[in-house]
Amino acid sequence: MATLMVPENLVYERPRSFTDAPTHYCPGCTHGVAHRLIAEVLDEMGLAERTIGVAPVGCAVFAYNYFDTDFVEAAHGRAPAMATGIKRVLPDSIVFTYQGDGDLASIGMGEIVHAAARGENITVFFINNANYGMTGGQMAPTTLPGMKTTSSPDGRDVETQGYPIRMAEMLATLDGAAYVVRRSLHDPANIRKAKKAIRIAFEVQDRKLGFSMVELLSTCPSNWNLSPVESLKWLEEHMIPFFPLGDYKVAPAVAELKI
Amino acid sequence: MARELWEGNQAIAEAASRVGLEAYFGYPITPQNEILEWMSRRLPELGRAFVQAESELGAINMVYGAACTGARVMTSSSSPGISLMMEGLSYIAGTEVPMVLVNVMRGGPGLGNIAPSQADYNQICKGGGHGDYHPIVLAPASVQEAVDLMPVAFDLAEKYLNICCILIDGSIGQMMEPVELPEMRPVQRKDFPWAVTGAKGRPRRILSSIYLDPPEEEKTNLRLLRRWQEVQEKELRYKEYFTDDADFIVIGFGTAGRVALSAVRAARAQGIKVGLFRPITVAPFPYKRVAELAQRVGAFLVVEMNAGQMLEDVRLAVNGSIPIEFYGRLGGVVPFPDEILSEIQRVAKAKLSADADPIANWMKRMEMVAR
Repeated sequence: MATLMVPENLVYERPRSFTDAPTHYCPGCTHGVAHRLIAEVLDEMGLAERTIGVAPVGCAVFAYNYFDTDFVEAAHGRAPAMATGIKRVLPDSIVFTYQGDGDLASIGMGEIVHAAARGENITVFFINNANYGMTGGQMAPTTLPGMKTTSSPDGRDVETQGYPIRMAEMLATLDGAAYVVRRSLHDPANIRKAKKAIRIAFEVQDRKLGFSMVELLSTCPSNWNLSPVESLKWLEEHMIPFFPLGDYKVAPAVAELKI
Repeated sequence: MARELWEGNQAIAEAASRVGLEAYFGYPITPQNEILEWMSRRLPELGRAFVQAESELGAINMVYGAACTGARVMTSSSSPGISLMMEGLSYIAGTEVPMVLVNVMRGGPGLGNIAPSQADYNQICKGGGHGDYHPIVLAPASVQEAVDLMPVAFDLAEKYLNICCILIDGSIGQMMEPVELPEMRPVQRKDFPWAVTGAKGRPRRILSSIYLDPPEEEKTNLRLLRRWQEVQEKELRYKEYFTDDADFIVIGFGTAGRVALSAVRAARAQGIKVGLFRPITVAPFPYKRVAELAQRVGAFLVVEMNAGQMLEDVRLAVNGSIPIEFYGRLGGVVPFPDEILSEIQRVAKAKLSADADPIANWMKRMEMVAR
């Protein structure tokens, strides 16, 4: 008798480390991609039950609604300090922060630099979309020269507003940093590379090898005033030349990791 | 245990480590460095967490993180450093997690100086950080009292999910006195139903101070307020000296209260019927007890090492029923017992009015002193 049921070949599902909540992110924004990659890695490594996430102030302020793990919500920029406090009393937990460029590279510059310098055994996901998304698209420390934002209406003038900060390069100079890389989320090949970096970063923490950070170049269609597709292209053409992708710090013990 | 000679800051640090402190995060600032230094040696020795943070902002947010796990955690700082911690303190209050803060006040405003002061009473007792919240504030007047209040501070913080502050000044922090320290107790991590520890075998937990929906934030504010009312009802602490037959009473907290006690004793020896009321909980302030005393005595003399910050609470309690006089020294100047004795002698003889402005009258006398 012929069956009417075709055997299911499941090729895509919601990561178990996600809740059922729909995200509040704008259409076309790459935060959703970054969230998903993190959740997939937590699933693959079986880490969710001992993970504590630290949400930032910015677009990802409600990240705790989307991950099915314990979570805390930090003050603006202070996530690495809060993560330090958690990790020091729960050294066997997995602690990650998820921060935007205003949070990490501006108001939280002190906290991120010193967490890296101490070799704090935490993982940082740094979403660089070259503006303050949540507050409506103001100039960020990562805003490109000449880039128009709501607080650099004629384009960022480096004479008066200074130059963008390359965080991955900067933190890579610190001895406490074990793994610091920059990836991009603008196409599938780069998304796969980003996921691999996220995996390595969590492996670094799980093996207590030191501070890890994955910087992810991301889009902000709403505030860039571009369509989602145009945004991906703009990222590739404008951001990558200024923020080159690559491995800025891979400590010898990390280089030996076989994953 | 035997009484030993200990410096205030070190005794406080050791007492905390003996009553289950699991983590300390701090930043150097005089006159409380000895707490940080003591912890830097002692906690690693005990296998516990110590981090010298990059700033007071870093330190208080490390405390915030550790507090969210349910660990016994504290920090310490002094006036300018406490100002920097206000952001984190507000978040901690809004998240309803327990912590202990040791606040060793120095002269201000601004960079001020490193001498003992009480000028941060309002800052810590009346909030300091943004939003509607009230830290519990305990003001010991000796090294022994500070040591004895350390376990109390942790218990109060954990019972009421609040910040508990030990409020002292540089003199208590840095003088040496004979003290009896508590016995070493093992660390006992409480199984708080809110603590984030990793969602193993239970639903996930989220700790946050964000309530985007105003009615939800209002509920949170009311919850904080109800807890605060319970603290006001159950946790008031104060000491009274010679108040039973007093004609009038001196009121002072911490070091000012202690110096005043010497003056009150000297005045008693001269036959002046004066008493002393020394609040230990300055937040919540013992309004009711002060109001009761106001019905029995002819006047209060408030003595502080600031420009009359607690005076405002005394005036609130008295509500115009009896005259209040004020004597303060500012900017890190500690009053001598003789000065307070002169004030007691003056008040004993003066014709006082409940309508007089204690600050204006004190300033007239101060201008003579400072000139």
